[in-house]
Amino acid sequence: MSILGSLNWDDIFIVPWFKEPSTSTAIAAGAGGIVVLGALAVLVLLTVKGWWKPLYKEWITSLDHKKIGVIYIVLAAIMLIRGVLEAVVMRAQQVAPAPGFLSVEHHAELFSTHGTIMIFFVAMPLLIGLINVVMPLQIGARDMEFPFMNAISLWLSVGGAALVMASLVIGKFETGGWTAYPPYTGAQLSPNEGVDYWIWSLMLTGIGTTLSGINFAVTIYKQRAPGMTLMKMPIFAWTTLCTAILMIFAMMPLAVCSLMLALDRHAGFHFFTADAGGNMMNFANLFWLFGHPEVYILILPAFGVFSHVIPTFSGKKLYGYTSLVWATIAIAVLSFTVWVHHFFTMGQTAHLNAIFGIATITIGVPTGVKVYNWMLTMWRGKLRFSTAMLFSAGFMFTFVIGGITGVMLANPVISFAAHNSLFLVAHFHNMLIPGLLFGMFAGINYWFPLCFGFRLDEKWGVRSFWCWMIGFYLTFMPLYAIGLMGAPRRMAFFTDPAYMPWLIISMIGALTVLAGLTCQVIQMYVSVKNREDLMVPAGDPWDGRGLEWSLGCPVPEHDFTTIPHITSREPWVDAKASGLRVMEPTEFVDIELPKNTGMGFWVAMVATVGAFGMIFQMWWLAALCWVGMWVLVLVRSYNTDWEHHISAQELRADYERHKHVVETTPKVSLDDEFTSKNRGLIMDMEEAV
Amino acid sequence: MSATATNLGAAAPSDHGAGSSHGHDKTGTVIFGFWIFLMSDLIAFSLFLATYADAEWHGIANGPSPHELFSLGLPTIETMSLLISTFTFGICTLGMKYGASMERTIKWLVITLIFGAIFLGIELYEFHEFWSEGNTPQVSGFLTAYYSLVGLHGLHVTSGIIWGILLIVQMKTMGYSDLVKSRLMRLGLFWHMLDIVWIALFTKIYLMGVLS
Repeated sequence: MSILGSLNWDDIFIVPWFKEPSTSTAIAAGAGGIVVLGALAVLVLLTVKGWWKPLYKEWITSLDHKKIGVIYIVLAAIMLIRGVLEAVVMRAQQVAPAPGFLSVEHHAELFSTHGTIMIFFVAMPLLIGLINVVMPLQIGARDMEFPFMNAISLWLSVGGAALVMASLVIGKFETGGWTAYPPYTGAQLSPNEGVDYWIWSLMLTGIGTTLSGINFAVTIYKQRAPGMTLMKMPIFAWTTLCTAILMIFAMMPLAVCSLMLALDRHAGFHFFTADAGGNMMNFANLFWLFGHPEVYILILPAFGVFSHVIPTFSGKKLYGYTSLVWATIAIAVLSFTVWVHHFFTMGQTAHLNAIFGIATITIGVPTGVKVYNWMLTMWRGKLRFSTAMLFSAGFMFTFVIGGITGVMLANPVISFAAHNSLFLVAHFHNMLIPGLLFGMFAGINYWFPLCFGFRLDEKWGVRSFWCWMIGFYLTFMPLYAIGLMGAPRRMAFFTDPAYMPWLIISMIGALTVLAGLTCQVIQMYVSVKNREDLMVPAGDPWDGRGLEWSLGCPVPEHDFTTIPHITSREPWVDAKASGLRVMEPTEFVDIELPKNTGMGFWVAMVATVGAFGMIFQMWWLAALCWVGMWVLVLVRSYNTDWEHHISAQELRADYERHKHVVETTPKVSLDDEFTSKNRGLIMDMEEAV
Repeated sequence: MSATATNLGAAAPSDHGAGSSHGHDKTGTVIFGFWIFLMSDLIAFSLFLATYADAEWHGIANGPSPHELFSLGLPTIETMSLLISTFTFGICTLGMKYGASMERTIKWLVITLIFGAIFLGIELYEFHEFWSEGNTPQVSGFLTAYYSLVGLHGLHVTSGIIWGILLIVQMKTMGYSDLVKSRLMRLGLFWHMLDIVWIALFTKIYLMGVLS
């Protein structure tokens, strides 16, 4: 085997198009071209603007949890654009006259990358990013417990995403769907590098996520402000804790089953092969041992977001805190007891299916508790429909519909009829678009000022919401319908004319979603342009209820000048009720913050190159990078000068400065909340009257 | 946790979250984090073990059965050497806790690593024996699962040995500091976990395999 492993000229993105020109290869070449040109454009921009140095010094090497969170979210945004565009191409393919303009292979590649990207490189970075930004601020911590490990997690995820992007330019991605079941993905039926792209990009990001889970859990257990008992924690911290525990336990099965698949493919092992005593069903089993808890990893943080957005914009305390906490815990525990419902038809006994069906339906109970909590929080509140609140309300409507179809599918009898159909596809999009994306959009709109000091533009935010909401219904309600009519999922084209009207509606829906995404890009652009008008330096633009709104916007690098003593669930509400607009300082003490280091970045980049070596069977490169990665870790372990010092005087000065800003900022009433008069200080009720 | 840290002479025990993010017991927290990592690692072992339990039943194909393949002689010696190594590691970290000198700590660590190496040597010898009889992992699902499960454990032991050697170097170069001691504590947890895992592996693979 050559030094370049299995890499050859045909793997370069334009070559297949030269050899066999067709619409399908042209689209593939065009997508690769966009990646290459996009990367070039970024390089040119960075060079022309002279941003290389600030990018490296202030972002890539940063161990600040807020910056790490922002990079996660930027990563997710880039990948979301690709994921949505792929969805639009697939919808277009199905309304084109059969057999459409894509080859069957190409279509399969699209739904595989779409699923893989949306789950691992959009949903996960969004929620991990948001947790990074917000959770420490909510519990009174100055950083994650292991900031260096946090950077490694981040850059491993970026590395995994980079590999998926690279698959557009060099070689192909796999065609077996995001679940990549063998034996189809075994060496015999999928001999090219596609499945290896899937295995190694998920390996990187999976390890990153496991480390994130450990980091979040330890931070919450050990870093809470004094007085903040577990039952005084904000709900978002609670959902983070449950998500973190799920990450710790559930990411490993993914690593294990993909590693086994890699051994089958390249070492001739027989874990999942069809012959010599392999058991392909074990793959589905192991995969969903990860996959089902993963669903709740995705959804719990969004539940946390809603539990803050809804009380804030209803002007009321969260209804039923305790029941919400227990519902969260119940969902986290139950999430490990339902994985068999992903393969009811695989041949286990009816008794087993019944047990897992009942367990699945049971999850509807704690989830239902939550929906009632949010509804009762809104009940008789003074509702303000900000973008964040609209996404939350849209979520509640839509998610309940998805939940009902979920309870239908949880019944093994119905599952036998509806599995592998577009009904199922409609169901899980119905859970994840409101349950994850709407939650994250709400969270980003709500908490954005903490990172950058200004609000996001409301007008374009509201437009994006309506496009997403309407686009969702138009896209997926038709899929429920034709799913029940018998349309299977993952088909490259349909020949039954009865499906066509529904598919056209679905196509229009996909374009509406694309419009929603465009509105969000415009929203970001407009907000940055008008940032002076949108600045909220006093730090509390929505009359917020959590500690994170007591710090000023943007939040300083050290987060808290003094760590507050917590005596209630809503200390910031209590402080405001007693007339304070700045948390009373406790004592100023010298603190240490982690020093910037590029080591996390470099470790992950070496690992990424090594993964690329594994994908193209350049074993020498993989081995070299494996050793290199650990050498870097070893070098880092000799470094004991990892903290920089901030003196009590500096903290005091910073506190005085923030206090001065708050004292000199004019208060506005809630009626002016979304106008440029809002500088981050809302008057309380009595003043408003 | 704080008890461990106090005995390491690291941070004084303080209530968690006492204000500054570093006002609390850092060593104890790192060790707590490592415990959580071990739980995650344990999931990997349990999945490989579950896969093995399935494969030794359904995955024989044309290959040998566990009963035909295994004997108890070597694995018992192997197990004893790992058990002894976990005992000597206990002496090593207990001594460190009660103020043993660096030389003494290193001495017991070296003894531990030697027993670990004996364990590993026997394992490799056995792999070699099976391999030369034509019983490679490519033969059947059962052999695949066997080599992977035992190999995963063996890789862990190997990395533990490398880690131990690096810690000896670090003790010599960085001094007998709280930082290095905390790393040794974590290696200790890792090592003991591998021992517990091996008990499960020995029972399932060899004892029950021979009896089957």
